[in-house]
Amino acid sequence: MIEFKEIYKIYNEGEGENEVRAIDGISWVINKGEFVGIVGASGSGKSTCMNIIGCLDVPTSGHYLLNGVDVSTMNARQLATVRNRELGFVFQQYNLIPKLSVVENVELPLLYKGVPSSERRKTALEVLDRVGLADRCKKLPAQLSGGQQQRVSIARALAGKPSVILADEPTGALDSKTGKDVLALLKELHREGKTIVLITHDNSIAEQCKRVIRISDGKVTEDFTREAVE
Amino acid sequence: MSISQSFMLAVKSLSTSKMRAFLTMLGIVIGVAAVIALVSLVNGMSDEMVSSFETIGMKNISVMIIPRGGNRRISTSDMQKLIDDNPDVIESMTPLVNMQATVKRGTENNSTTTVTGVSEAYNEINKKTITDGRFLTYLDVNDRTRNCVIGTYVKKTFFGMESPIGKTIKINGYPFTVVGILEETADGEQGTDDDKIFIPYTTAEKISFTMTNTYTVSALSNDTVDKAKQVIERFLYGELGNEDLYTVISMTEAVDMVSDILGKMEMVLVGIAAISLLVGGIGIMNIMLVSVTERTREIGIRKALGAKPWDILSQFVVEAITTSAIGGIFGIILGILGAYGLGKIVGLNASISLSAIIISVSVSAGIGIAFGYFPARKAAKMNPIEALRHD
Repeated sequence: MIEFKEIYKIYNEGEGENEVRAIDGISWVINKGEFVGIVGASGSGKSTCMNIIGCLDVPTSGHYLLNGVDVSTMNARQLATVRNRELGFVFQQYNLIPKLSVVENVELPLLYKGVPSSERRKTALEVLDRVGLADRCKKLPAQLSGGQQQRVSIARALAGKPSVILADEPTGALDSKTGKDVLALLKELHREGKTIVLITHDNSIAEQCKRVIRISDGKVTEDFTREAVE
Repeated sequence: MSISQSFMLAVKSLSTSKMRAFLTMLGIVIGVAAVIALVSLVNGMSDEMVSSFETIGMKNISVMIIPRGGNRRISTSDMQKLIDDNPDVIESMTPLVNMQATVKRGTENNSTTTVTGVSEAYNEINKKTITDGRFLTYLDVNDRTRNCVIGTYVKKTFFGMESPIGKTIKINGYPFTVVGILEETADGEQGTDDDKIFIPYTTAEKISFTMTNTYTVSALSNDTVDKAKQVIERFLYGELGNEDLYTVISMTEAVDMVSDILGKMEMVLVGIAAISLLVGGIGIMNIMLVSVTERTREIGIRKALGAKPWDILSQFVVEAITTSAIGGIFGIILGILGAYGLGKIVGLNASISLSAIIISVSVSAGIGIAFGYFPARKAAKMNPIEALRHD
């Protein structure tokens, strides 16, 4: 459960013209098992939202409860643990480490979790199998297509069995065909019960989500839930 | 994440850019090799000196009287009396009358050699062995005979394969009969201990028109060296009344002095070599800083996936330590080879010092920590959002 209580993120606070209110008082509750699209133009504050949801950043004020735990006051080390246990990231640029093989990339969250190496390998191969890339596990990321790399990054996000998968423009670097495949994979994961938060500027992508939260100038301007998703 | 995992990461990271890793290590390799080679050579030198002193005899005391006209002289019989009066601490003594002499046999062979006038006790005191014939005797000394004992180089030069015993050579024009040959102690070359002739000191005083000023006294045992030295000093002070007019040095003191000088020399050499270790360390820091900047995005990814600051810090520190430790290992190998190689060239037996190896390895690992920590901390403190945005 992702609960925002009066979250503010203000840069250069109190500096008059330089003050930037990236998030200007947002409150919401995203429940377990939801598929939420956070939509906004660039500069709307959606990236800051994503950073805070992803525990990469802390709010200036307000409380963020992730599964009931207040993470808004945690230090760097504690946040790292929360990211490792509770969150799976899917980035626009895939963000795979180029010199590590596909399976080693997928193992990374488990490495930082302290999982023993044989178990790490086993889990990594399972999730790679889940995204249909088990046969490419020894390859380097650069030897795969963009769509495949994004599937590897989804596998990596799944490896640590997080409670939330956070996808930041996951189709942004892909052509529409492979983009659709990646979205289909995310939907499938949603159907399996995963909580998925998708951040995008693209309305057509956002329409695929069951719930859409629209952000503009750091505020929520729209928050609606569709009855059925095709 | 455990240290062994950090180590695996470090090895992987280093193996992806071997050339860079090698060049980074080079400073450490050279530094460690220099320290080990230099310390080993100085150790070898020191061992060699101590052992050559030991073959001469650690009980020996060298007495030198500064000749001054008009002052009271110490005669060889005065010295002999001193020896005879102190049988509880002193065993024996030999005067030493050194001269450079022209040696001839017939008309053809002609060379300059060190000729030393000694007493019959000389070969006992200096542990010289006679391989053929005999050493000088009390009678030779007493009667000022023109008998001599020669080293192997002299034998080779003047007699070749013939036996020199009973034959005559001319020393500064005076004919001498060869009565014995000394065992080869150096390598039989010119200017070494084998290029020597010994004659009775009485004869030497006469043909060189000098008085004996130098003596080697042998203490009864290693334990009485200090006592014997005191006895001699007291006697000389009593006779000459001025401690500047003589020097009395025991072999142990001489060895201590030499080891002291060698020790200081070693410190200076190690200090110089340590500078290259320092430069090597700075090289590692430099490359680590570049590497941290290059891998900013990787650091961001790792942090997003749950790497704690400590994980990142240890990854880079371990990488720096691994670099310098591998450099250290190559340095040890190169240093040992270098010590033996250089030893061969300069004619020294290098003695590999374990402490030098331990110290240089710990110093190079320490350099890894010290110079890797700063770049690693920079990496650990990176903001993950900015790091992810970096390209």
